[in-house]
Amino acid sequence: MVPLSWYLGLSALLFTIGAVGVFIKRNAITIFLCIELMLNAVNLTFVSLSGFFGDVGGQLFVFIVMTVAAAEAAVGLAIIISIFRNRESLNVDDVDALKL
Amino acid sequence: MKYPLANIILAPLIGAAVLGLFGKRMSERVIGWIACSTIAVSSILAFYIFFQKASALEQGEKVYEYLFTWINVGSFRADASLMLDSLSAIYILFITFVGFWIHVFATGYMRGDKGYWRFFAYMNLFMFSMLTLVLADNFLLMFVGWEGVGLCSYLLIGYYFQKDFANDAAKKAFIVNRIGDFGFALGVMLLFTKAGTIFFFNDPARGVQGAFNWAMAQTAEGLALSAVFAGGMTTIAVLLFVGAIGKSAQLPLFVWLPDAMAGPTPVSALIHAATMVTAGVYMVSRASSIYVHAPTAMFIVAIVGAATAIFAATIGLAQWDIKKVLAYSTISQLGYMFLACGVGAFGAGIFHVFTHAFFKALLFLGSGSVIIGMHHEQDMKRMGGLKKYMPATFATMLVGWLAISGVPLLSGFFSKDEILYRSFTADVLPDPWPHVLWFIGAVTALLTAIYMTRLMVLTFWGRERFSSPELAPEAPSVASEHDHSGPRESPLSMVTALVVLAIGAAFAGYLGVASGLSDARIPNYFEEFLRPSLAPSPPESVTHELPLRDLAASPRPAQTSSIPVSEEARLDLLADQRTEVALTVVSSVIAFLGIGLGWVWFKRKPLWEPPRLLEEKYYVDEVYDAAVVQPIKQGSINVLWRFIDVHVIDGAVNGAGHLASLMGTGLRYLQSGLARSYVAVLVFGALLIIAYFVIR
Repeated sequence: MVPLSWYLGLSALLFTIGAVGVFIKRNAITIFLCIELMLNAVNLTFVSLSGFFGDVGGQLFVFIVMTVAAAEAAVGLAIIISIFRNRESLNVDDVDALKL
Repeated sequence: MKYPLANIILAPLIGAAVLGLFGKRMSERVIGWIACSTIAVSSILAFYIFFQKASALEQGEKVYEYLFTWINVGSFRADASLMLDSLSAIYILFITFVGFWIHVFATGYMRGDKGYWRFFAYMNLFMFSMLTLVLADNFLLMFVGWEGVGLCSYLLIGYYFQKDFANDAAKKAFIVNRIGDFGFALGVMLLFTKAGTIFFFNDPARGVQGAFNWAMAQTAEGLALSAVFAGGMTTIAVLLFVGAIGKSAQLPLFVWLPDAMAGPTPVSALIHAATMVTAGVYMVSRASSIYVHAPTAMFIVAIVGAATAIFAATIGLAQWDIKKVLAYSTISQLGYMFLACGVGAFGAGIFHVFTHAFFKALLFLGSGSVIIGMHHEQDMKRMGGLKKYMPATFATMLVGWLAISGVPLLSGFFSKDEILYRSFTADVLPDPWPHVLWFIGAVTALLTAIYMTRLMVLTFWGRERFSSPELAPEAPSVASEHDHSGPRESPLSMVTALVVLAIGAAFAGYLGVASGLSDARIPNYFEEFLRPSLAPSPPESVTHELPLRDLAASPRPAQTSSIPVSEEARLDLLADQRTEVALTVVSSVIAFLGIGLGWVWFKRKPLWEPPRLLEEKYYVDEVYDAAVVQPIKQGSINVLWRFIDVHVIDGAVNGAGHLASLMGTGLRYLQSGLARSYVAVLVFGALLIIAYFVIR
């Protein structure tokens, strides 16, 4: 049986990849994927800990996160499409009309 | 009837409400009927209750009508409750009677005016306030009436609100009265802190204590200027008198009354001659039990009264506007009334109020009749020879003229003579003063006769100056805008009122013939009737234990007591009578001398130019302007506006906005617009929070 620490290690790895991706990437779609990666890293933590403690609460929470992620994906993609239509670009550094 | 007193004051209030709310759509006839009938109801009720209770009132009984408890907080209590005693009975009688005839006169005088309904609504409201003032049984309710008459005075002076001078006069009257009212309010407050009550008299039925009963139980304060500032009875009396100075137009607050003539003439007759301006005399007489214990205050009252009397009389000598002459005459006569109060002859003061109400209302209405007959001309330079055009007005004004001049056997003679006699023999004042005050009063009487003769000669005798063009060099007079027909007699309603008041002016004096004059054959009804309501002066030590209602029974000077009089007292009495007769002869001579002087002088030179100082009213208005108005105005402009408003207030408001924008400028640097920088902040923030929990 795979020990718990491996799950948590994988989860931390995935989260870090996602976080770094959000930091360094400029493409809006990529950033979006990285965010999904972070969400699922957390989901993995929930599920593994749920199995470890024998408590279904963690698995239930995963469903909630998935639902929210789906909604967020719909809204986020819509925003990205809208930005693309207006700016002909997916580079987030171009979308800086709010500054100063 | 259950509440006769309440109905007396409510009838005019209902009239005012009906006319004020619905009067605009009524015809003049209906408005006149409503306005006069409400006053008639009041008047009939007043006479009814008077005759029903006359003997009880003379015994010192008081009729109370408790309506409801108005304020009851801690030890402070004020009721909406009315009280009738002999003093307020006399007041409501002449207020409603003279008021009724002035209303009748006004229905003719105001004919064709656009604001007919408004005028009568205000007049009825005034009657309501005035009756509240005199029927109140505590100082607070009295103050309600006091302010109410002030308000109505303001509204009616400014009745012709399209004209600037009327608005200015109304504001002046209101503001000057505020100064006096401030003193009155302070006096009432101080009285409350001292006596613990603002009711006039004890009323066991309601369990209230009376301030005057408290006052009667005190010992009299000394005659010293320091007493004024000691915060005792004298201070209360002086503060109350400040209120009277404002309302009754005494020195130095008299300036509003001459300007108040900007109102319609019936208003001048009702408010600024017969009733409202005598409220001050009423209040001082009402509070007589306080005044007799404050000789310093009495002294001040007497001095102010005498000074005002002669001061206003000299100005009256030099005015050209017929109403202005009467206005200064009113101020002067009010001075007489206060002189009487100041020497302790409250009854004589009230008697003069009573007779003055008749002859001065008559003179004002007569002048109103002249003004209407002359097509709104008030300048006596453009009158003259009117007696053949306006015989009824002339005849009635003749009575008023002789009455105010003090010609024997007319009303003014009796009351003025009584005041002069009482000031001559006043024993409450230090020695030379009674004679000084008598002398001032006598000179004023002479001046009164002269200026009234001048008024009559200029108006009714001599050459007809209204058509001569050389006297109207400036813009054509208002008269020419109407029709060019000559002066004409006034309508019946006006003449009727004049005749009734003339009868009053002739005979009202017989109610109070001084006992010394008739050798006590005609009883002095007036003084006997008033006695229970007024405190004797100086206060007798025996009264300390007696409640005020028993004053009637307390020992009086020998002439009324049934105890056999000693020989000495009888001789005193005889000497008193001789003085009184001698003084009466003197004042009769003065009256005839004044009329004679005026007649000879003004018949010959009707347009004699009086000294400039008098014509310009001693420049009092100019002095006030320089001493009070301009400093306030300049202070307002330079300090309040240019510094406080512009710099402090606007500075604070603008500063708040500026501060917000400054903070915004600083904070907006947080917004880089770069999505990734936000992420960085987010992540580092999260790391910091985690680090905090880990390290802890």
